[in-house]
Amino acid sequence: MGRKILFVTTDQQRYDTLGCNGGALSRTPVVDRLAAEGIRYERAVPQSVVCMPSRSTMLTGQHPSTHGVWMNGVALPVDAPSVAAELHRAGYRTALVGKPHFEPFLDPFGRFTENGLARQEVPTVDSRWHDGTVGPHRGFDHLEFATHSPMGALHYARWMMQEHPEALGGFYAVLDAELEVNAEGGGATGAPQVKDNPVQREWYHTDWVADRTIAWLDGLDADDDWFAWMSFPDPHHPWDPPASELGRVDWRDVPLPAGYPDDAAERERILDAKPRHWRLWYDGTLVSNYEAPTHWVPASLTADQLREVNARNAIEVELIDEALGRVLAAVAARGWADDLDVVFTTDHGELGGDFGLMFKGPYHVDGLMRLPLIWRPAPSAAVAPTTVTTPVGLVDLAPTFCQIAGVAATPWMEGRALPVDDADASARGFERVLTEWDSELLGVGVHLRTITRDDWVCTLYRPGTVHDGTEGELYSLLDDPLQQVNRWDDPGVRSLRDDLVDDLLAHLPAARTPRLPVEAPV
Amino acid sequence: MSIDTIAAVRGSERRERIIEVSADRAWQVVGRPELLHHWFPGIVECAVDGHTRTITTGMGLTMAEDILTNDPLQRRFQYRIATGFFKEHLASIDVIELGPERCLVTYASDADPAPMAIVLGGAMSGALAELARQLETSAGPAIDAVDNPMEAAS
Repeated sequence: MGRKILFVTTDQQRYDTLGCNGGALSRTPVVDRLAAEGIRYERAVPQSVVCMPSRSTMLTGQHPSTHGVWMNGVALPVDAPSVAAELHRAGYRTALVGKPHFEPFLDPFGRFTENGLARQEVPTVDSRWHDGTVGPHRGFDHLEFATHSPMGALHYARWMMQEHPEALGGFYAVLDAELEVNAEGGGATGAPQVKDNPVQREWYHTDWVADRTIAWLDGLDADDDWFAWMSFPDPHHPWDPPASELGRVDWRDVPLPAGYPDDAAERERILDAKPRHWRLWYDGTLVSNYEAPTHWVPASLTADQLREVNARNAIEVELIDEALGRVLAAVAARGWADDLDVVFTTDHGELGGDFGLMFKGPYHVDGLMRLPLIWRPAPSAAVAPTTVTTPVGLVDLAPTFCQIAGVAATPWMEGRALPVDDADASARGFERVLTEWDSELLGVGVHLRTITRDDWVCTLYRPGTVHDGTEGELYSLLDDPLQQVNRWDDPGVRSLRDDLVDDLLAHLPAARTPRLPVEAPV
Repeated sequence: MSIDTIAAVRGSERRERIIEVSADRAWQVVGRPELLHHWFPGIVECAVDGHTRTITTGMGLTMAEDILTNDPLQRRFQYRIATGFFKEHLASIDVIELGPERCLVTYASDADPAPMAIVLGGAMSGALAELARQLETSAGPAIDAVDNPMEAAS
């Protein structure tokens, strides 16, 4: 028997929402304990700050330029490389329960495999893998899907429609009647994407994901090796946790985030020192991407709305922590605890009020770029608990899973197995992490390339419809942890900037050609 | 530089593909609205009654379309989705001769809500790829329906 792997992802979770990372709003004892027993990464960086490219990176171990999912709405080819396929080939039982998002959700024609599985009532289907092998879809023996809403074609939605149809209307409608991300306000403050949801807690998707993961584990033989990707849709908006849980965090008691200057003039001064799309979005003049409500103007956000959003976000984080605790208990009950590796992370962050903004978009700052990442190696592996400060990327996850399983990392993986401490990182040359943004939506094109290295984050802008390609951002993560002082044009750090840009350009993978088509907005 | 919001514009998407057959040959398929499900992935059923075409998608959605233009001289086909999510829609398929055995097929959709234009754009790309595959290999259900209508019907 080998080590078992529980890969836990959340969606759009900030680094500072976990107790072990200094968060004070949410109680996260389960994840905090994993961190205390394992490796806590202080600078984990995504290769994209939106779902589909980032999740594709987790699965393939490749940067967006290589796997080709350059924005939300671009489908990861069915025959893309997959770490799950490598583990399946090595004899692992493999499952993905929760949010996949390798293929677009907005799919009225039913063109994408993952949207059809629930209706077919099969655990998986055969697909062609990257090497021509035919095997279970993307290497997973078992697929059970959920997303942020009980509407649509996925398993959770079908279960809710069949078992609890009376509860459907309690959820927030993610899209409005124009199929844009909904801007409608709710709760006590009228905050966007907030609603009091009377759904019973055990019917909410967080508990459903844990329940279905446990059910899959219950079906395994005691001597099976397994890889379970448990993918919670929260704390991504909408912020509509079960109303029974709202008493956990009183929004009136929530402090404003450090990154939120409560003086509007100060917010605007900071935004004006950044490339122009920042201020244009804040003012409601430009919407460059689909991932935030089109009809919401960030400048209209009130301090109380922000408090209420962050309170509900914290509640969703707590529910995930408790759900994870149930799954770990189920694993222990099967006698697998000593051989269990747990990796906990998210696909990207959330602006969470930084600069007066929420949601996400082409903004390569810590709110979106600094991720929670914890690896609790199997106790049987006897890895010493530590904190790693060296930057690592989600691109490093797939080779890590291979290493845990005793499988050789494949040549198509661009990352390396996560370092077990800073000395290991230094010895193996961990130095830089790259992040890409490309979006072209209804005539608006934005393109960013970012390097995180030596406690600096440097973003190069490529020409688009909003930028001419001369813009950039440069922040010292040590001196300016809130990234409020853009030093791109500071002559005092010009040579550093040039070095970072050269390093970035030297290490960016070549873009896949031909470029994959945009199939849907999301 | 002109900047606008998504909310202020109707969605408009265009896809195009050069196909290595004559324009007349491509039009034999494109100009037959009842054959759409044979070359548009994601449309599983299609029925034409007068100027109305009714399609059924792979997700089981049924949508009625008004056929607006079917012009063999310009080789232009236009239709409007009249039900479903759409406040407004217009699709145009043009077959343009580039040479004796070469043509350009463009497929455009304007839509309100704008996100539906993007969804249609992705599907249109798939349709043009399948159209090209069948025309260039002379094989497939659309080709069968054009070349062997009796066999295809049976």
